[in-house]
Amino acid sequence: MSSQEILFLLSGLKWTLALSAVAFVTGAIFGLLVALARTSPNRIVAKAAEYYINVFQGTPLLMQLFVVYFGLPLLGLKLDAWIAVAIGFTLHASAYLGEIWRGAIQAVPRGQTEAASALALTYWPRIKDVVLPQALRISLPATVGFLVQLIKGTSLAALVGFTELSLAGKFIANQTFRPLVVYSVVGLLYFIICWPLSLYGARLERKFAAASR
Amino acid sequence: MASTQSAAAPVASPAIAPMIVMEAVEKWYGPYKALTDINLSVRQGEKIVLCGPSGSGKSTLIRCINHLEGYSKGRITVGGVNLTESAKTIDAVRRDVGMVFQQFNLFPHMTILQNCTLSPMRTLGQSKAKAEATARRLLERVKILDQADKYPAQLSGGQQQRVAIARALCMEPKVMLFDEPTSALDPEMVKEVLDTMIGLAEDGMTMIVVTHEMGFARQVADRVIFMAKGEIVEEGHPKDFFTAPKHERTRAFLGEILRH
Ligand SMILES: Nc1ncnc2c1ncn2[C@@H]1O[C@H](COP(=O)(O)OP(=O)(O)OP(=O)(O)O)[C@@H](O)[C@H]1O
Ligand SMILES: [Mg+2]
Repeated sequence: MSSQEILFLLSGLKWTLALSAVAFVTGAIFGLLVALARTSPNRIVAKAAEYYINVFQGTPLLMQLFVVYFGLPLLGLKLDAWIAVAIGFTLHASAYLGEIWRGAIQAVPRGQTEAASALALTYWPRIKDVVLPQALRISLPATVGFLVQLIKGTSLAALVGFTELSLAGKFIANQTFRPLVVYSVVGLLYFIICWPLSLYGARLERKFAAASR
Repeated sequence: MASTQSAAAPVASPAIAPMIVMEAVEKWYGPYKALTDINLSVRQGEKIVLCGPSGSGKSTLIRCINHLEGYSKGRITVGGVNLTESAKTIDAVRRDVGMVFQQFNLFPHMTILQNCTLSPMRTLGQSKAKAEATARRLLERVKILDQADKYPAQLSGGQQQRVAIARALCMEPKVMLFDEPTSALDPEMVKEVLDTMIGLAEDGMTMIVVTHEMGFARQVADRVIFMAKGEIVEEGHPKDFFTAPKHERTRAFLGEILRH
């Protein structure tokens, strides 16, 4: 491969990372709202969040991307490919992170919220100062695991024409007629990003398992 | 119901309204009736020990007082505030009522000092300096000031429970509720926690204590209340309660725990 081709792959990698970062950050913000809604004492709010999670976990991510990318323009909303995939992945990530964090919030022992309530702390300080710090710690291994899935999952954005790493790889493979070499390099790039994260997640998991013994 | 005993207890000025009043309180968990017709009036500074077999509703009763459990029927008034389902009355009552749990329930991600200053800062709007000064004074009082910067997991059970008491006191409550505060402790740590509670009682705190520590009840209680199956079966000054229990169930219960 020429250095130009390598640079093209790296620019694809850049978009993969950018999409992952945006999806993760906005997904985390909305995911936190989803998790809080899902664990809310208000039944209607909790139910709405449950449906939201079910819809986005129960349908393929690719369909969600298609709906946003091809469906919204039919409603008169013409979106840039970049914005469309960012929206699609945010919805996806918020549902999954919302569910992961719901579990973590509910894993915080009940005595913690009771003690906070008995100290006259109201809902928000109870959540922010007592429950969430403990829940986020509990959820960290699963959250890192989801981030790895998300990074690999961004390759689906290729199917709506977003030139991230895997689509860049396809272009170069077609150009050079050396798919084996090109896709190996592409795979290696994914691996270099995801492997350290996986190791980190596994380490956190061991650490928490040891701490809870 | 309490009137027959109050003659034996120190006389409170009749002008002062009782600190806690429970009138015909009922509590249902779904189809299960956990409290039946609870009538209880606690004067300011009064110390009450609540005992009874497992499942008799002791925890449920005191948890209704600070609305960790909502009650189904009747009326509860704390410090003159009629406790309803409204967030406003619940908040008002919780500011006046401290609670200590069997399992301590300290916040594990915060230091001892942070445990003590969180609610005074968030709820009472105290400055950090003021909240820390109060916390240090109360940690000193429970003899644990030297551990202020440690995390709960670094402390023994007895130390953690003393921190939990100090944490509750930082809110300057008018009433303290204790739910079996020594049941989760190793025997050698029970005394340090009971001594702390005795000190609190001597300072005039209004207290309701669920415990089977009958030595504590004899020494501190103005009234001992015996519950069974969600009802108050018998109450009396500890002298009468232990020497001449009136009900068969009370006698059976006392025989049971004093044998241990
Ligand atoms: N959240 C709940 N849902 C359903 N039933 C409950 C709940 N909490 C308590 N109960 C029931 O109410 C009854 C009274 O419980 P409570 O915890 O008040 O008893 P207790 O006197 O404190 O007992 P123990 O000495 O074991 O602590 C028990 O039969 C218990 O099973
Ligand atoms: Mg109990």
